[in-house]
Amino acid sequence: MRLILSLSLCLALLAAPAVAVQPDEVLSDAGLEARARLISRDLRCPVCQSENIDDSNADISRDLRLLVRERLVAGDTDAQVIDYVVDRYGEYVLFNPRARGSNLALWLAGPAMLLVGGGLAFGYLRRRKAEVTAAGLTQEEETRLREILKQ
Amino acid sequence: MIVELGHFALVLALAVAVVQSTLPLVGAQKRWGGWMAVAEPAAMVQLLLVAVAFGALTWAFVTSDFSLRLVVLNSHTDKPMLYKISGVWGNHEGSLLLWVLILALFGASAAIFGGNLPATLRARVLAVQGMIGVAFLSFLLFTSNPFLRLAQPPLNGEDLNPLLQDPGLAFHPPFLYLGYVGLSMAFSFAVAALIEGRVDAAWGRWVRPWTLAAWIFLTIGIALGSWWAYYELGWGGFWFWDPVENASFMPWLIGAALLHSAIVVEKRESLKAWTILLAILAFGFSLIGTFIVRSGVITSVHSFANDPERGVFILMILAVFMGGALTLFAARAGTMEAKGVFSMVSRESALVANNLLLSVACFVVFIGTIWPLVAELLWDRKLSVGAPFFDAAFSPFMVALAALLPIGAMMPWKRAQVGRAMQPLWGVLLLSLALGALVWAMQTGRSALGPVGVILGAWVIFGAAADLWQRTGRGALAAKLGRFTRLPRADWGKATAHAGLGVTIIGVAAMNAWATEDIRVVQVGESFPLQGYEVTLVSVNQVQGPNFISTTAEMALSRNGTQIALLQPEKRVYPVQAMPTTEAAIDYGFLRDIYLVIGDPQENGGWAVRAYWKPLANWLWIGSGLMALGGLLSLTDRRYRVAAGARRGAAAVPAE
Repeated sequence: MRLILSLSLCLALLAAPAVAVQPDEVLSDAGLEARARLISRDLRCPVCQSENIDDSNADISRDLRLLVRERLVAGDTDAQVIDYVVDRYGEYVLFNPRARGSNLALWLAGPAMLLVGGGLAFGYLRRRKAEVTAAGLTQEEETRLREILKQ
Repeated sequence: MIVELGHFALVLALAVAVVQSTLPLVGAQKRWGGWMAVAEPAAMVQLLLVAVAFGALTWAFVTSDFSLRLVVLNSHTDKPMLYKISGVWGNHEGSLLLWVLILALFGASAAIFGGNLPATLRARVLAVQGMIGVAFLSFLLFTSNPFLRLAQPPLNGEDLNPLLQDPGLAFHPPFLYLGYVGLSMAFSFAVAALIEGRVDAAWGRWVRPWTLAAWIFLTIGIALGSWWAYYELGWGGFWFWDPVENASFMPWLIGAALLHSAIVVEKRESLKAWTILLAILAFGFSLIGTFIVRSGVITSVHSFANDPERGVFILMILAVFMGGALTLFAARAGTMEAKGVFSMVSRESALVANNLLLSVACFVVFIGTIWPLVAELLWDRKLSVGAPFFDAAFSPFMVALAALLPIGAMMPWKRAQVGRAMQPLWGVLLLSLALGALVWAMQTGRSALGPVGVILGAWVIFGAAADLWQRTGRGALAAKLGRFTRLPRADWGKATAHAGLGVTIIGVAAMNAWATEDIRVVQVGESFPLQGYEVTLVSVNQVQGPNFISTTAEMALSRNGTQIALLQPEKRVYPVQAMPTTEAAIDYGFLRDIYLVIGDPQENGGWAVRAYWKPLANWLWIGSGLMALGGLLSLTDRRYRVAAGARRGAAAVPAE
């Protein structure tokens, strides 16, 4: 389905795109490169349809990949690199929305719904259980049943 | 001429749908048999007319009739025949026609197989189905007419988007639509039951096969789409949490919940109101999915049909159907009394937990999908929600679901004891933990994802096996084995589908935890190591395809000096659309895929080559296949066939 809609501008506009991460971009320091890959996963190609900069073919994604590596080589922490990119390209490039301000509602929606739904379900189950007891036998009948079973 | 016939048939179909959605409804209310009886022939005629329209459009594509706007925009005389046919639904208008065709197909099947339904319910179900037909046929004719002609036909067409020129397009959308649209049957049954004011075990039994069928198709459709993305996009990703993927995933989740809650209605006559609500919501999410895909509101930059007018139309359809159904639900839900009683610990409660987790998981996907829209409307914040969010917010619910599944599946109806349900499962738990520990020791990194995935997956798979074994009862091994093969298909279906979920969980965890990637420049003739294999770039050649030019590499894959595969990754350029695509070459295996991609030539010689090692990639599709197979086994269970057989016998009498 994604493919059908992947008529992405970035693909259509470029005759010969650089396909995703290129050999010349890869850092020689394996540790830094691994960090760069992890950071890239959280950054969105600004002109594509929900592709991160690693998977994207757009020129701007290549620029971003190089920028991330530049910052890492300069000694930035992961958080600093992401802040640096967000400062310049806006919140839009962040695939992992920050749990701050109104975004808290996004992050808390699932757990909140689980609590509400769980509460409702629990209440429902308790009512069903109450009916089990109500529809069941009376104290007297239970005693009689036990006596019969003993025999 | 043929095109005009198709166009005319489509208009007629709309008229028939209007009749189908009104007369039977009035007839059912007034108990007029003749009016109710209109429903079935109307459903059949509607299918016939839409099929004629679809055939006409296919004819136009096959014969490259460039007087048709749609054909010009999406076809070319050089395009291979397979893609001329699948190109019919490789665009907004044509895919919508396919949507309507499948809708009519389901309506006609309900008319054919609905013989055992009470006359009023059957009339109402078909009438509601007719209303959906009216809505979508109008949408098709008034905003997205596939039969528009051009005054001056061009000499040739603009070709189909190269990404879509793949067998994937031939199969993925039809299955997906069979799933989406199939859920309309559950919706029609729910609304008809609300109008009747009666939901009982029989209703649960009637609605379940339709839901099951839709869910099976949806499972296959999503898996095919995921596999297609895996081999076509060129880096071996299989799920991207793209709004469009989420659009198909949400109905799948709700459909799965509906399947399980309909069992409670069928067997225990409880959870009726909730099941009705799920049936309404499942189709609601299908419509929301259609809206997301076709309005372009959320995908914003580009989409199938980026057209506000169409978006508004679908939003109106959504508002009318969901608003109407939910109002009806609010008015009637109170009258649906639950009959079965059960205690806090029981199969019923376990299924309530299943429903809770699946619905909340769906809600998380929904919130994440629409959040960018909400944030922009309310606070003017332009933001994105992508894979990292969904991985973090969605996965916990699936973990909880998988952890509870084997215990819940083992519990008896009405009243259960956790201790007794766990008895046959302690061994399974130990085995799963041992496997997890083994994997933990074997892996190089220190990521918990892989081992946790293996523990959960093994727990679910072996739990399903233990459940099946438990069903054979007590006694000697031989007697148990004898009963094992004679278990009802529903039991086999349940175990197979659950095991499929376990297999998929392991596949997802393995792909995310252990997949490796190697990007490098390789000279022709040079070799490089990859996870114990050796890859050699043998040659790179230019090849002329039917409507593309290809750069094809020959790469040999060998292990310990023995060649095991010769792979040919390609880079293609489609001149008409001026668009390049990568065609990865994959050596499929049970435990791993080797995934090779050829990149660009480098300035100082050599080629950029990307090589991936994808552990247990095939487990994703095997697991999805098992889930679908489980559904199919359950669908062919005796208790559904008995009902169908009884009807067939009755119908055969007048024919003699």
